[in-house]
Amino acid sequence: MITVNINGVERQVPEGTTILQAARALDVSIPTLCYHPWLKPFGACRICTVQVQRPRGYELLTACNTPCEEGMVIRTDTDNVRQARRVVLELMLARWPNVPVLQQLAAELGVEKPRFRSEFCDEDPEACILCLRCVRICEEVVGASAIGYEDRGIKRRVVTPFNRESEACVACGACAQVCLTHHIKFEPEDYRGKPPEFLLGPNTAIFIPTPQAVPKVPRIDPEACIHFKTNGCQKCVEVCEAKAVNHEMTDQEIEIEVGQILLATGYELFDASVMSQYGYGRLDNVYSALDIERMLNATGPTGGRVLLKNGQPPRAVAIIHCVGSRDENYQRYCSRVCCMYALKFAHLIKERCPEAEVYDFYIDMRAFGKGYEEFYSRVLHEGTNVIRGKVAEVVQAGWSKQDEGTLLVRCEDTLIGRFREIPVDMVILCNAIVPQRDAERVARLFGLSRSPDGFFLERHPKLDPVATSTDGLFVAGCAQGPKDIPDSVAQASAAAARMLATIAKGVVEIDPVRAEINEEFCSGCRVCNALCPYSAIEYLADKNVSRVNSALCKGCGTCVAACPAGAITGYGFNDRQIQAELEGLLAVR
Amino acid sequence: MKEQERFEPRIIGFLCNWCAYTGADLAGVSRMKSAPNVRVLRLMCSGRVDPTFVLRAFQLGADGVLVAGCHPGDCHYQEGNYKALRRTLLLKRVLRQFGIDERRLRLEWISASEGEKFARVANEFTEEIRALGPLELTAALETGPALELEEVRA
Ligand SMILES: Cc1cc2nc3c(=O)[nH]c(=O)nc-3n(C[C@H](O)[C@H](O)[C@H](O)COP(=O)(O)OP(=O)(O)OC[C@H]3O[C@@H](n4cnc5c(N)ncnc54)[C@H](O)[C@@H]3O)c2cc1C
Ligand code: SF4
Ligand code: SF4
Ligand code: FES
Ligand code: FES
Repeated sequence: MITVNINGVERQVPEGTTILQAARALDVSIPTLCYHPWLKPFGACRICTVQVQRPRGYELLTACNTPCEEGMVIRTDTDNVRQARRVVLELMLARWPNVPVLQQLAAELGVEKPRFRSEFCDEDPEACILCLRCVRICEEVVGASAIGYEDRGIKRRVVTPFNRESEACVACGACAQVCLTHHIKFEPEDYRGKPPEFLLGPNTAIFIPTPQAVPKVPRIDPEACIHFKTNGCQKCVEVCEAKAVNHEMTDQEIEIEVGQILLATGYELFDASVMSQYGYGRLDNVYSALDIERMLNATGPTGGRVLLKNGQPPRAVAIIHCVGSRDENYQRYCSRVCCMYALKFAHLIKERCPEAEVYDFYIDMRAFGKGYEEFYSRVLHEGTNVIRGKVAEVVQAGWSKQDEGTLLVRCEDTLIGRFREIPVDMVILCNAIVPQRDAERVARLFGLSRSPDGFFLERHPKLDPVATSTDGLFVAGCAQGPKDIPDSVAQASAAAARMLATIAKGVVEIDPVRAEINEEFCSGCRVCNALCPYSAIEYLADKNVSRVNSALCKGCGTCVAACPAGAITGYGFNDRQIQAELEGLLAVR
Repeated sequence: MKEQERFEPRIIGFLCNWCAYTGADLAGVSRMKSAPNVRVLRLMCSGRVDPTFVLRAFQLGADGVLVAGCHPGDCHYQEGNYKALRRTLLLKRVLRQFGIDERRLRLEWISASEGEKFARVANEFTEEIRALGPLELTAALETGPALELEEVRA
């Protein structure tokens, strides 16, 4: 530790501390421009000039890059200091008279009218003032070194190599972030290809997925994180006091032994861009139902406000039911939840944008649950316009200035038997609920069947709606078919109860359908050994016979049908029983 | 054609428990029209269909035999249906040797959700067998000693 004296106050600081750091620790303010706490001190702008007492007089030094020395006496508030800073600023203003940061500093330091004017004067308020924070952050923190400077003295300029689009740039925007004059601007197409002003998802590299996330910890998106592109940055590691950020973490495969499994893998939303007539992904302000769920959410990107892309509230909103549901070309089934959430949207939009007209286009209104029909009539009384008819298309309203951003919904109103065109500025599509895209693979994995709509098949639609044809495997929720939250919860509770019952019992009952080998008839040919899909048949070399391990045998009967000696009996389905059945079946003409 | 003259084939359907039988059940639950000529015999898996069962069915007077299991890859016991496929192809050759038209034996994959397919197969197959007419057994099969299952296995 060394002792310094700043403006008459003594302070102990660790060795290597700069004057600027020591001053800031004492709440003594020193103006800076080229300094940035993440960067190595640079000392280019000289605005941070301070006065250091020396045995014979004093010395003017830059605070940001001068280390403290034992017994140093520093003054930041003398006329000399103020004068020096004013001159620095006047010289800068001579070149860049209109840059706001400089003007603001000038006002603070009492520079009224600069005395000089450079012949290289740049009137641009967003001119580069050559603090080079951008070049330095790109090299020192990001690690990309995608920009640098060329030439010297008055001609110095910040450029990319060879003035071409830099391949080294990782589009992190750090340079624009530290730029003092907005000379560098960051206009990203978001990496998911969406405009940045209206992102319905996370827009930083490290984020907590949702406020209700379990576990509630931030995670890093490796596609956005700078560290995975340049090996640099890791600012999050530096600031995390708990030392919890670990960029080395990778996906892990964990094996857990279980006796029962509940499949609740849910649904996916039908991709509405396939139905190009509705313009999803093509026209601005056409949203999927889940986009709108995000928007309506108080913790969502708009804080729960309903907004158009231009940040204005909509004047008229169309909600289109059955997008991809009840449609011979896509899904034939009804997605079951859309009518009700569409009414929920209508209600919430009316609540948040009381001025907006809401048009709800439906084929049939399916308000099937407890309290649902009542909710429907409430929404009607709130003034939502419901129109019975399938929307034919959504188009851009026109090309005049006045029509800009408005959409036209074309549809047949089947209740009045007329074709209608309704101008709106926001369209919400109620996408069908479809099986997860990996449902086929999951079904194979668990030996499950799927119904024609692609959802997992229950053992029996009425008598056993939560079990499946595979023992110990249960289904619940939208994995089994479209349903709302109350129904999903009911089904999941039933499944959980079934599983608990088995656990409580402590024993598993297995089907008595099993194969057994009569050792007297078995010739030891071992044909059956290789056939059994469960390797349940072992060969006893000493006796030269095969034997079925009845705990492993599942009773398929393949070996029974194959044994050339007829030595295997399939209990429940033995040859005599089947014979008798055949005789019985064919006894009557 | 007059009512009593119409030939009603007798068909045995060996259906596996997990797919084809459930599919047939679904056809019933969904009130689909399927020919009553198919008399269903449930087995755990199409792999359990011993070729002698098929021959025995013909011997006992069946005009056609349908073997139906899960789609390839879907068998509840992983690969029973592949074994059924192999056996059926061989069995068709044997049938020819007995003078039985191989079209009288049919193998189908019907999943638990394909009630509609079960009904269609049952109807089609019934019509096909109706067109082939009643099965005339050769003397060899009527008394074939190889088929005396009971003797061998009791
Ligand atoms: C726009 C919209 C609005 C809705 N509004 C309402 C409403 O207001 N009220 C209401 O009652 N219902 C509403 N619903 C319906 C509701 O979303 C569903 O009923 C509910 O989400 C079903 O829950 P679930 O657990 O079955 O499936 P999901 O919520 O889909 O959950 C399935 C989970 O499994 C995970 N998963 C998938 N595959 C795998 C795998 N292979 N391995 C591990 N995990 C996997 C998924 O990531 C997901 O977290 C709405 C639906 C939509 C589309
Ligand atoms: S290393 Fe940390 S701070 Fe840097 S980009 Fe990645 S997540 Fe963000
Ligand atoms: S019945 Fe099937 S599972 Fe059992 S021993 Fe025979 S081949 Fe294996
Ligand atoms: S801030 Fe110290 S020289 Fe620029
Ligand atoms: S269980 Fe259906 S064919 Fe094997």
